Amino acid sequence: MGIEGKHLIDPNDFTLEELDEVFNLSEKIIKDEGAYSSICNGKILGALFYEPSTRTRLSFESAMLRMGGRVLGFSDATHSSVAKGESVADTIRVLSSYVDILVMRHPKEGAPRLASQYANVPIINGGDGGHQHPTQTLADLLTIKVLKGSIEGNKIAFCGDLKFGRTVHSLIKTLSRYSGNKFILVSPNELRLPKYLRNMLICNGNIDIYETEDLKSVIDEIDILYMTRIQKERFFNEADYVRLKDSYILTRKKLDNAKSDMIVMHPLPRVNEISYDLDEDERAVYFTQAKFGIYTRMALMSLLLGVI
Amino acid sequence: MLKVDSIHSGIVIDHITPGKGKKIFDKLNLGEVNYPVVLLRNVSSSKLGKKDIIKIENKIDVDMTMLGLIDPNITINIVEDDEIVKKMKVEIPNVVQGLFKCKNPRCISNSEENVKPLFRLVKSNGTIEYCCEYCEEWTTYSL
Repeated sequence: MGIEGKHLIDPNDFTLEELDEVFNLSEKIIKDEGAYSSICNGKILGALFYEPSTRTRLSFESAMLRMGGRVLGFSDATHSSVAKGESVADTIRVLSSYVDILVMRHPKEGAPRLASQYANVPIINGGDGGHQHPTQTLADLLTIKVLKGSIEGNKIAFCGDLKFGRTVHSLIKTLSRYSGNKFILVSPNELRLPKYLRNMLICNGNIDIYETEDLKSVIDEIDILYMTRIQKERFFNEADYVRLKDSYILTRKKLDNAKSDMIVMHPLPRVNEISYDLDEDERAVYFTQAKFGIYTRMALMSLLLGVI
Repeated sequence: MLKVDSIHSGIVIDHITPGKGKKIFDKLNLGEVNYPVVLLRNVSSSKLGKKDIIKIENKIDVDMTMLGLIDPNITINIVEDDEIVKKMKVEIPNVVQGLFKCKNPRCISNSEENVKPLFRLVKSNGTIEYCCEYCEEWTTYSL
């Protein structure tokens, strides 16, 4: 029942009730992790990382190991059959028979969607190009739910690279399904939210969006500040990257006028967009957010596998 | 006034927006066939002012999806024994597969040989826009 056997390619693949199911289980795991230490005995996670990843890959591996399961896969496509020219479809058809569940990161947008058409085990999108990153969204939403008390009725500012930032795309898409949220989009003009997402938010109606290039002018009204890295690998042109990378650097001083209960989130890794002095501020929650990523991935995999 | 014989058995593609008749003629490869075909351009029309018409003296399969993408105003008339036995309106297709490529260079459909690009209609009011099933990019398409 529930989400057993489903794929998670896009956050919209789950209903809000199904997302709740993941969060409720995540919170139970946080309270008593030991009770879940062997629920995935005999299960194997296939981790197919076609491009570099530290956090996502290791948190998936950690999540499966913490539940008593095992992991196989690759973290560099140049050392796999992919380097010989094997298609995504063929790789997935074969690996589906080796493992019980698959997580896939791929530089091409839509690759996990394609994979899901050929898989006979659940596929989880671990990030596809600049498109979507739904499991980061699960960690982000749990963070908001636990630390802000509700996923509804918040004013959320997204700051940085909104064009290529897949974590932003997944999160804003999902938050727009909860009532009462308002969005402030803070980015250089060159890195504004993609047209398809803007259209989707507008078409859904009643989505309150305000766009600005100036974080300072809105800092006092924000409940949640979601910072992102300006990613070098998403640029076609190095000169553009160098020109824009320092546009938005958050320091503790810049939070002087921010609400005392505002939270600062970041999907990590950071480069220099959040200064280290902010780590001491209790509003900085990005390391808690990263930790919650383990629990949401444990909950997600156990529910997709139907072992709970 | 130009006079062209009516066809005995075949297809008439009518109400083509002036200027698009040649494109449809070429897309259907009608320049290569050995049965009678006629392309009429800028014919007077009470509805459109002017229109293009294509008459084909043969019952061929026409790709309605492709015609809908070129010109959603088109009417298709099926003729048998000098009578119009069926009239069809083409429509802007809701789903298009394999007719054009996704314009997002980072889309998987542009790098995997065995993937047929798949699009769903998301906006047909004013401009016609399609959403890629894989990467979700919205693009205005025309053939």
